Amino acid sequence: MSGIFSKAMARNIFYGGTVFFFLLFLALVYDTERELPTRDNRQNLSAEVIAGKKIWETRNCIGCHSLLGEGAYFAPELGNVYPRRGPEFIKAWMQSQPTGAPGRRQMPNFHLSDEELDNLVAFLKYSSEINTANWPPNIEG
Amino acid sequence: MQYKSQAVAMPYFIAAIGLFVGQIIFGLIMGLQYVVGDFLFPEIPFNVARMVHTNLLIVWLLFGFMGAAYYLVPEETETELYSPKLALILFWVFLVAGALTVLGYLFVPYATLAQATGNDLLATMGREFLEQPLPTKLGIVVVALAFLFNISMTMLKGRKTAISMVLLLGLWGLAIFFLFSFYNPHNLVKDKFYWWFVVHLWVEGVWELILAALLAFVLIKVTGVDREVIEKWLYVIITLALVTGIIGTGHHYYWIGAPEYWQWWGSIFSALEPIPFFAMTVFAFNMVNRRRREHPNKAAVLWALGTGVMAFLGAGVWGFLHTLAPVNFYTHGTQITAAHGHMAFYGAYVMVVITIISYAMPLLRGRAANSEKAQVLEMWSFWLMTIAMVFITLFLTAAGILQVWLQRVSDTPMSFMTAQDQVALFYWMREWAGVVFFIGLLTYLASFFVKGEAKAVAS
Ligand code: HEC
Ligand code: HEM
Ligand code: HEM
Ligand SMILES: [Fe+2]
Repeated sequence: MSGIFSKAMARNIFYGGTVFFFLLFLALVYDTERELPTRDNRQNLSAEVIAGKKIWETRNCIGCHSLLGEGAYFAPELGNVYPRRGPEFIKAWMQSQPTGAPGRRQMPNFHLSDEELDNLVAFLKYSSEINTANWPPNIEG
Repeated sequence: MQYKSQAVAMPYFIAAIGLFVGQIIFGLIMGLQYVVGDFLFPEIPFNVARMVHTNLLIVWLLFGFMGAAYYLVPEETETELYSPKLALILFWVFLVAGALTVLGYLFVPYATLAQATGNDLLATMGREFLEQPLPTKLGIVVVALAFLFNISMTMLKGRKTAISMVLLLGLWGLAIFFLFSFYNPHNLVKDKFYWWFVVHLWVEGVWELILAALLAFVLIKVTGVDREVIEKWLYVIITLALVTGIIGTGHHYYWIGAPEYWQWWGSIFSALEPIPFFAMTVFAFNMVNRRRREHPNKAAVLWALGTGVMAFLGAGVWGFLHTLAPVNFYTHGTQITAAHGHMAFYGAYVMVVITIISYAMPLLRGRAANSEKAQVLEMWSFWLMTIAMVFITLFLTAAGILQVWLQRVSDTPMSFMTAQDQVALFYWMREWAGVVFFIGLLTYLASFFVKGEAKAVAS
């Protein structure tokens, strides 16, 4: 790496390369924004779903669970819990925590009202209907 | 130490190490909760321990980066820091804000914390790594901007080297991409899409500039190799990093609702991301082999070489392992991810911060290098922590492969919790490796207190 290849050349390639690939990235992001409406299930972003997302966030569910594969790996994937368990199970589950089973991983009880539970379930239903290119591989998540 | 104002780096380094200890304690708590599920429940639920663990990690690395900048920039620019006083004030602001945030996580229910800190005004909380309450996030921005002002003003009045320019670019990038943490659309897909602008464009983008600049600085100092040579390498490495890493963001866009062409863009570009990490390893060994002097600080040289190797293993090899879309389809969000996250963060960012601390701390304490005895102990801590991290990674990888097999590949897939029970043995082994890591960390702490014949006073 000596001789004709100088530091100034290396620097110019750095700036040029970075700018080029950053612009290419922005172009892809722009195209993604145009395609998203066909995939992201935005038509179902109701007031309930929006409220449910906020409950999801302010209880930090992501600190134990993953959602579409992102988050923590301590507890089941919830992106597809709606089709896996159904709305009634989810609500009953939330109300019966913690299990208190000795030695078993525990989930807190968040003391959610019926309305809050409905919103949360609406959010999980909406999440499960996003087009994720057929991920996860099976219903167990 | 050549410039008086470099001394402000010291409190930053001390705080970094202190918070590192806290991070590992919470790591051990979580590691135990993985196998003894009701350990410390309900006092410290898993998610709370996880927030503390990961946020302490980020905060202490930021302390490390800032301390490194305060040490490095005066020496590179050959001028005193613009305002050492501002640096000290920011230190206390950041430390108090960080401590309050952690106490908030531990003692206030998260929903209450959110309500009390204005999450209803601007909802930003409850997303992985970005759990901080709004005032903390704003505080981070204010501290970062004031810090950047201080560093930029210093640069303006002094010599401009490639190393300090690259460092500054990385630090500005860090602050700018953090701004995406304030963008939290209701649309989950967009939320996730832009969340990665913080997380991925940090660790596989601008932080790599910081990493490479710090490594280059220490290598110049300990090897005496010509600056021209080292800075040329630096540019080559960061070019490779950004050319592959920016579009490599696509490896997070396979299964979150983004268009499917990201499977191609993400796979191809991120498959090339190991190259800059490989170049870093070659760079470090090459420079040390061509050294023009024997620096008395052997421990710092060891950390510098270790950074190259472990960053390549953790980010490069373990990253490549699961980055191609057809593989990631099965490994996404499993213990494989955790294995990679641990070794990559340790090998790249933990180790580079320790490298600069190892190099700078003796100088800040008025000697070129620590005593032989202290260095031997420090090198023990290097091997204990590094080997323990290798084993943590191997055990998590084993757990991950089994998890994928039982829960995702099998024709009769097990449920998540059943599969977790099957791999409990590996979680136990991870926890024991974690205990060794902790012993290594305590050894590291002890090395600061070992007396003995110090090496000559530095210039
Ligand atoms: C402290 C960790 C923790 C937090 C926080 C947490 N969970 Fe859980 N959750 C668990 C664990 C562990 C299980 C599995 C328990 C078992 O099988 O005994 C679970 C199971 C579930 C299940 C059943 C999944 C299935 O497939 O059977 C649902 C639904 C669920 N959680 C929803 C939530 C929601 C919604 C939140 C946030 C409001 C939340 N959890 C927060 C730990 C947590
Ligand atoms: C004593 C050693 C350690 C133990 C036992 C430990 C344990 C854990 C556990 C159990 C998790 C949560 C995994 C999950 O979400 O289910 C975690 C997450 C994490 N830890 Fe550690 N940890 C240790 C050391 C470290 C170190 C040294 C680092 C930094 C280099 C680190 C960085 C992280 C990161 C980045 C995450 C988030 C991972 C992800 O989302 O993939 N940990 N750790
Ligand atoms: C030092 C640099 C790096 C660090 C610190 C790092 C850290 C991490 C962390 C913490 C995660 C988990 C994020 C989450 O919680 O969701 C992650 C995910 C991932 N990383 Fe890295 N990484 C680095 C470099 C790389 C490289 C170079 C590659 C590819 C070659 C790579 C490939 C991946 C992939 C594919 C995922 C997604 C895993 C999944 O689908 O669950 N990483 N990384
Ligand atoms: Fe990434």
